[in-house]
Amino acid sequence: MELAALLVIPALASALSLLPLGRRFAAPITIVSSAIVLGLAAAVASQAARTGRVDALDGWLTCDGLAALVLLLVAFVGFTAAVFSWGYIAHRTPKASSRVVQRYYSLYNLFVLSMLAVPVLANVALMWIAVELTTLLSAFLVGFEDTAEALEAAWKYVMLTTLGAVLALLGFLILYWGARIAGYEVFTWVGLVEAAPHMPPALLWPAFLLILVGFGTKVGLVPMHTWLPDAHSQAPASICALLSGVETTTVLYVILRLFPVVDVAPGLDARPWFIGFGLVSVAIATLLLVYVRDFKRLFAFSTVEHMGIILVAAGLGGAEAHLGAAYQMAGHTIAKSFCFFAAGVTVMAIGTQEIASVRGLIRSSPLSALALVVGAFAIAGAPPFAVFVSEFVILKAGLASGQYITVGLLAFFVVVAFCAVMLNVNRMAFGVGESELSAITAPVSCKATLVLAAIPLLVIGIYVPAPLQDLLAAAAKAMGG
Amino acid sequence: MDSPSFSILSALDALTGALFLLTALGVVATRQVLASLQLFILQSLLLTLSAVLLGIAVGSLHLFAVAVITIGTKTLMIPWLLRRTVSAEVYRTREIERVLNIPSSLLVAAVLIVLAYVVATPLLGVVEAPFTRINLPLGIAAMFLGAFTIVVRREAVPQLLGLLAVENGVFFAGIAIVPNLPVIAELAAAVDVPVITLVVGLLTRRIHTRLGTTAVGHLTTLREH
Repeated sequence: MELAALLVIPALASALSLLPLGRRFAAPITIVSSAIVLGLAAAVASQAARTGRVDALDGWLTCDGLAALVLLLVAFVGFTAAVFSWGYIAHRTPKASSRVVQRYYSLYNLFVLSMLAVPVLANVALMWIAVELTTLLSAFLVGFEDTAEALEAAWKYVMLTTLGAVLALLGFLILYWGARIAGYEVFTWVGLVEAAPHMPPALLWPAFLLILVGFGTKVGLVPMHTWLPDAHSQAPASICALLSGVETTTVLYVILRLFPVVDVAPGLDARPWFIGFGLVSVAIATLLLVYVRDFKRLFAFSTVEHMGIILVAAGLGGAEAHLGAAYQMAGHTIAKSFCFFAAGVTVMAIGTQEIASVRGLIRSSPLSALALVVGAFAIAGAPPFAVFVSEFVILKAGLASGQYITVGLLAFFVVVAFCAVMLNVNRMAFGVGESELSAITAPVSCKATLVLAAIPLLVIGIYVPAPLQDLLAAAAKAMGG
Repeated sequence: MDSPSFSILSALDALTGALFLLTALGVVATRQVLASLQLFILQSLLLTLSAVLLGIAVGSLHLFAVAVITIGTKTLMIPWLLRRTVSAEVYRTREIERVLNIPSSLLVAAVLIVLAYVVATPLLGVVEAPFTRINLPLGIAAMFLGAFTIVVRREAVPQLLGLLAVENGVFFAGIAIVPNLPVIAELAAAVDVPVITLVVGLLTRRIHTRLGTTAVGHLTTLREH
């Protein structure tokens, strides 16, 4: 029941946001509805962690541990970004008509809805539609600022990720073809895992590659990542938190779902492909992190790096590495959304995204400087944050299974990326000189979001509550051996 | 399986497939925006025809549903949506400037078609069905050509038509390999294409009003320095 409600509430909120009640109405509606969704998602997640799977609507909706983890993460950022939007959007659009603001919230709710739908739709064809809709519904949110750069970013985002999704569609059709040849007609993930050992490898193989490359475009895997830093740097900060924090993770989830399918098929091995794409993404992202000039792009490249790390972890295989991957997904989402909130507050305070023109922020705007530094530590993987623990678990699991070269390369890039992120942010916060402040102080809702998002950020690196621990274990189990 | 009527149907399907590929080549080569839209409509009609032929051959109602949906969305709704969202000015545009000139584009296109056959061959080892042998490689070829169109075009609407041509290619292959896709998936796919067109069309209009051009290939402010 909760599963169905999870999808109905954002749809209702989207419709309510459009009611002509003035611009002040849409934001609270969105915040309230996303808070309810977060509560429901938590209930579903704890149930899925206990029982292994939650079904609803006659099996059309289903949610296992891995799906529940993604669901919870989407709902969490859906809530924090809604609170952030309240002050942020009002501040960015002082002169805009209330229709512009209402349309923002309406699309916001639909965008979150499409991301919630990806993990819970049982039918794989419908799930593909949901992934496709995440792009189409967020296109105007990416272009919301209506500048030349924002529209350029939105164009590249739509064209490239839709092209990728269409490639993936052929992959899914071939998967269905293979399942039918094997005598299985049920087009769900569970059905596919059952069918995979009997599918002709000549079909499973190209299907896997088409989906990996097609959806890999949306995850931002190198070399299909070129649109990502543009979209993730030009969208409003609240939307960046969703794009970078959960949209990438949600689509990566679909790719991870392929792992158990390919794994049970005789004569096929997904691992080298996961490790290959993952390592290349981590390597190139690290290089770009060294040379980056725009701090929102810095966070975007860090997302490419994290997606690579999770993919490598999945490719390493084994329960321990998969637990690391699940933990890293949670750590990434919480830390990256926080970073974009911090970036949003910083942009409000100084009116630029250029790293070189931000110096000595700690003196002029202590709050944004503190948020940036904490966020940077969290995404770069310093203790005591979750990403440090998850990366440690992944590297340890890789060593234990004797994959020294992969682990060595991964460790090297992670350390270089850490230095690159910290050097850049350190200069912004503590560098000599002082940035000119614009006369604006951050709206209350933005400050509140920083506090709200900081709680899990600071906690889950040190202490993982038992229900979350169960959920992560269930997610790792769903990723297969 | 090899009754005379079946072989006539597969011969007709082969003819349809050949024309389907030709329209994909046309979308790569043509200079007028309006002409590439007309070629796309023609291509969608050929996709419909192939779905009907396959529907008769394998006796699948699903394929007739695909045919109806294709006619409805791609030949009626998309042109209507594009006219509503994109200004008439864009339609009159003659694209002089392209990333590659037309002869070299066609040369690359020929290579892509050969590549499509190379890619499709291992897949065809799985089945003997004549329709799959026709539709799968041609669908993949049309996909490649559509993707190539996006790369060589600088105008917004031709880029969109390239994307939709890729989609047509996937469906051309898809109707042969999964003739009984669940109806719900077909309906969902029917919604997807108009939504792509609507979003990209509206985005094109925003770009046009904001920047005074629809040559999206020239938008290169955002990149690493």
